[in-house]
Amino acid sequence: MKQLTILSGKGGTGKTTLTASLAVLARNAVLADCDVDAPDLHMLLHPELIKTQEFKGSKLAVIDKIKCDNCVVCREKCRFEAITEAIEVDPIACEGCGVCAAICPSDAITMIERVSGYAYISKTKYGYMAHALLSPGESNSGKLVTLVRQNARILSEKENSDLIIIDGPPGIGCPVIASLSGVDVSLVITEPTMSGIHDLQRALRLIKHFNVRSLVCVNMYDINKDNTNKILRFCEENGIKVVGRIPFNPKVTEAMVNGKTIIEYAPESNVAKEIEKIWKNCQVSFNLGNG
Amino acid sequence: MIVAVASGKGGTGKTSVAVNMALSVGNVQLLDCDVEEPNAYLLLNPKMHSTEPVYVLVPNINEELCSHCGECAKFCQYNAIFVSPDKNLFFPELCHSCGGCTLACPRQAITEEKRRIGALKFGTVGDLKLVYGELDVGEPMAVPLIKAVKSQIEDNTNVIIDAPVGTSCPVIETVRESDFCVLVTEPTPFGLHDLKITVEVLRKMSIPFGVVVNRSGIGDNKVYQYCEEENIPILMEIPYQRKIAELYSRGVPFSLEMPEWKEKFQTLFSEITRIVQE
Repeated sequence: MKQLTILSGKGGTGKTTLTASLAVLARNAVLADCDVDAPDLHMLLHPELIKTQEFKGSKLAVIDKIKCDNCVVCREKCRFEAITEAIEVDPIACEGCGVCAAICPSDAITMIERVSGYAYISKTKYGYMAHALLSPGESNSGKLVTLVRQNARILSEKENSDLIIIDGPPGIGCPVIASLSGVDVSLVITEPTMSGIHDLQRALRLIKHFNVRSLVCVNMYDINKDNTNKILRFCEENGIKVVGRIPFNPKVTEAMVNGKTIIEYAPESNVAKEIEKIWKNCQVSFNLGNG
Repeated sequence: MIVAVASGKGGTGKTSVAVNMALSVGNVQLLDCDVEEPNAYLLLNPKMHSTEPVYVLVPNINEELCSHCGECAKFCQYNAIFVSPDKNLFFPELCHSCGGCTLACPRQAITEEKRRIGALKFGTVGDLKLVYGELDVGEPMAVPLIKAVKSQIEDNTNVIIDAPVGTSCPVIETVRESDFCVLVTEPTPFGLHDLKITVEVLRKMSIPFGVVVNRSGIGDNKVYQYCEEENIPILMEIPYQRKIAELYSRGVPFSLEMPEWKEKFQTLFSEITRIVQE
């Protein structure tokens, strides 16, 4: 079983659009939406929910006001400024470390498990899907990503699928690292803008740091061909294969408005054709899938 | 006044809005808290003055004092310490710097030492002051660096903060204590879906907010319907225009080349000021 993670560094460059299209082309891949802050893949693939699982990612301090004698030791020792002047816990700031509970001389603080989100297992027309939603304002998205990937692995074993396609979150921080660790290939989708180039370079350094092989594709390559050429040159100099250049086409947004992938909505469009080529190149490069 | 610019979905134009607003209003300090992928400086071409490393505290276990009792590992909620009878393993990327292990150790074998996670960078463009954080590649924890950027907030200044994407801890840390939050979105199903999640976060945090619709004209009208139903003010619309997209791709803030937008961003900022003062 192989794992492919779609990343971008910069948000909004087309990760989810590409992931959903690859899901259609791959057939019988297991999908994992690891953008647990703002998951969007379900809006194109319309999964049928099979199972919901509570995500208990961290603990929360609770102060028993009757036992508390207002000594403020907890407030002084908390590194996250999570205890207010009134000696109450700010649940948004609390990281569940347990220091306050350990040092409270009156034993007034207990740590309780908090539900920080939900993980889901679903079925789509194109294969099973593991996804999740972090509750607004919760932390530990990295742990939730790890849970989604675990679910995806279990699904792929059960379904005899040889490929997991992972839609990664933007950035290069903890949920991205959790989406990347131990995968075979990472496909980075970028756009020919100054920010796109900068974020691509940081994402590629991260991928290299974790010893994962990378592939690159440029989205909306024709909005600035000079910048596209810069990206192509950069990739060539660094020995990174560019698997495709997707043109700008308003049909991509139309497809999204209609809740469809571009492959389904406009199979003859230049974008769909290019994504088919990208998929073929991915298969050749790393012997992914059998299509 | 502190105004944060945020968005659940990436690539909707947060940095563009923050930078153009910062360039249009006087007496501004712009903080780029998107420390994973800081981009504001790419649009501003600032004169950079200095860089300061940012550290977090991590445990240092003195092997001579350690009895391998495992109390520190038992205490650690983040599984950052692993203790076996003959060896200790510490995973710095998992450590949240809570200091709990030093308290848990019965032999005072643990002290804390500094570990670098990134840097603060300081620059100026005319009288605009820019501070941004840059997370070292491979470091997972953005929050301590965001706190370091925010510790630079100056009084009696118009502070504009470019927030990271999403709705989890880095965003929460960034918008905390802001007087107002501008939510940038685009009129597409993804834009709307991620806007709704962000609205929930801000309501939970009791921060007043309004919406800027970027690339108006593409997609559908459901973002507008949603804002009307929820009584969320739409503060500005930026139409989808090839010229704006093209300037952005070259790293040029469009209000510099299209002066009518400078006024619009000034109006946007006065409108925010008015809402905050109400």
